[in-house]
Amino acid sequence: MIKELFQDARHFQILILSSLLALLILWSDFAPEPHIILSVIATTLITQFIFYKIFKIKSRDYRSPFITSLSLCLLFKGSFLWLYPLAVVLAIGSKFLVRYNGKHIFNPANAGIVLCLLLLPDQVWVSPGQWGSVIWLGFVLICLAALVLSRAQRADIALFFLGAWFFLLLVRALWLGDPLSIPIHNAQSGALLIFAFFMISDPMTTPDHRLGRLLFACVVAILAFVLQYVFQLREAIFFALFFVCLSTPFIDMIFESDQYQWRKT
Amino acid sequence: MMRLFLFMSVIFLAGITQAQAFCGFYVAKADAKLFNEASKVVMSRHEDRTVMTMANDFKGEVKDFAIVIPVPAVIKKSQVNVTDNKIIDHLDSYTAPRLVEYYDNDPCQQYVMEKAMRGGAPMMMAMSADASLEERSKALGVTIEESYTVGEYDILILSAKQSDGLFKWLKQEGYKPPKGAEKVLKSYIKQDMKFFVAKVNLDEFESSGYTYLRPLQVAYESEKFMLPIRLGTLNAKGTQDLLLFTLTKKGRVEPTNYRTTKIPTGDDIPLFVADEFGEFYKAMFATSVKKEGMKTVMLEYAWDMAWCDPCAADPLPPEDLRKLGVWWLEKPRQPRPRPMRGRQMQPQIWPGPGGAVDTFVTRMHVRYDSETFPEDIMLQVTEDRKNFQGRYVMRHPWDGEANCEMADDYYQGLRERFRKEAKTLANLTGWDMAMIRRKMEKNGQSFDIKPSKDQRPWWEQMWENEE
Repeated sequence: MIKELFQDARHFQILILSSLLALLILWSDFAPEPHIILSVIATTLITQFIFYKIFKIKSRDYRSPFITSLSLCLLFKGSFLWLYPLAVVLAIGSKFLVRYNGKHIFNPANAGIVLCLLLLPDQVWVSPGQWGSVIWLGFVLICLAALVLSRAQRADIALFFLGAWFFLLLVRALWLGDPLSIPIHNAQSGALLIFAFFMISDPMTTPDHRLGRLLFACVVAILAFVLQYVFQLREAIFFALFFVCLSTPFIDMIFESDQYQWRKT
Repeated sequence: MMRLFLFMSVIFLAGITQAQAFCGFYVAKADAKLFNEASKVVMSRHEDRTVMTMANDFKGEVKDFAIVIPVPAVIKKSQVNVTDNKIIDHLDSYTAPRLVEYYDNDPCQQYVMEKAMRGGAPMMMAMSADASLEERSKALGVTIEESYTVGEYDILILSAKQSDGLFKWLKQEGYKPPKGAEKVLKSYIKQDMKFFVAKVNLDEFESSGYTYLRPLQVAYESEKFMLPIRLGTLNAKGTQDLLLFTLTKKGRVEPTNYRTTKIPTGDDIPLFVADEFGEFYKAMFATSVKKEGMKTVMLEYAWDMAWCDPCAADPLPPEDLRKLGVWWLEKPRQPRPRPMRGRQMQPQIWPGPGGAVDTFVTRMHVRYDSETFPEDIMLQVTEDRKNFQGRYVMRHPWDGEANCEMADDYYQGLRERFRKEAKTLANLTGWDMAMIRRKMEKNGQSFDIKPSKDQRPWWEQMWENEE
């Protein structure tokens, strides 16, 4: 029974993201309020239902949108309540409307965040600092998330990304002559780990071939690094993923491989 | 793309007294230095424009004052200004944690009285030497880009090729850069910084008629919104405190590379704290910082500048806000005080009919050292306009005549209330419980309150009486 329950990687993801949300509520002074959490979850599921109706899709599944809603609760902030449903509609909408070769292009939560940041830069934000840089939290996240990803068989991309990102931070620190405590401090960001393990590693929007994923992760890391340190963009990683996702179909063309399915038949 | 960063640091001159830091969250003026090694910075930020004001409470010999602020581009004379200390003190008072006082009702009647008390915190440090040096500078790879006088300050804008050259230059000119400064300077130079060096022009200072050094302001345009703290951590022995005030059009400012926590607020505390509110605040802040492992930025105040409730000081008038760099405030509008009601001592001030002024103030308090805050504080303006303040409540028990039934319940409840207040205070400050109870007793908060009427059953009263 339990074995069956965890056959699907999404169950692990739901478990971990819910725990993180609980942790945030208990631990942070800036956690989302309960009514925001509930409204995000509800609107995500309803939006998914409506799109199923519109596209007359029979095999319905609400686990992925639930994961999307949890990711939004963890990262997205808006100055008005109506911005949350907007982010949800953009997230789920991008999943149904922007597709190529049977795969959606963008990770839905990331698309919701980035599109809101692009459309309403004066109304929404992401608080990467709300997690602080807590080693144990990072450690716990990595262990748990590695488990999830090994199930999802796409663990590699998160590690490729984190590796590339830390490498860039390290090179920067060495070039500037900064102490190692600075790149280490930067790498301990909770938001970074959530991004790596729950966004960039979305198996539906990443290249199917391992080499393709390595390339993808490195390009995201480099673009994010430039956006953050040259253009001073605080939400650099999210923007970088959004734009690099557009290249997934091309990467898939170069490195051919089987498409991912949540449950292997 | 122009990258304009602003890094601040203070470097000491050889042969000069120690860095001085003044500060304190004080209730009364007499309550001088509460926080050591503290500095006060105001940053106004909208779009890519930043105005940074550094409050200066330097009390040593003015000739010993000098400050070094690394900046990435040449800062022209017109981008520098000096302003008035009073404005920053006012901002400090307006945003300071406050103590509110309520008086219990006669159990058969009611009135409330509020009184806000405030604390404040000043800043600063640094030193100086003489300068006139093109040649010597060039030899060390240091170029003087600009040189001018603003107010009582002589200002140089330097650029450097090598950190060792700049380091040598600073030493040669009589500055005493802290140990480890060379590495940090190197990092800033590689990021293409220039260095803003200010010291006091004694003639100008004397003719200005001021007895203190006025705050120095720098205005610049840059995508980068951050507070440089790295060189500062080299100066300090142990930890230091920084009060960062931000003024924005949109909302609260938060660090993106450090966690923010709110200071405890809203708690009921014993009456004697009124006499030592400064000490209370200091202890409570220390306890909160310790609880978070000194790894967070403490939010002390976040409020729309149009109003306050209760007010520790009146909101800043628009003309003062503009002086602090709130350039977007086009039409000055005075906040309207609400008419006083009842026995209110300190008015609350509510937004005028036109709504809020377009300025949101955030007050952050950081205690840090190079270990817990290894990196400069990166900031972002959020759209969060939720109000937050550090507010503590004293409730005075009813001390008049009260002989009705209700009064007995009231007195019974008081003991429990005092017990709770003592516990809250001990948790917040880490103060000794026995000491707290002693002080409470002294202050009329007795734990042995006898109800006016004996509440025991008649048989207990009967037999006790017989003993």
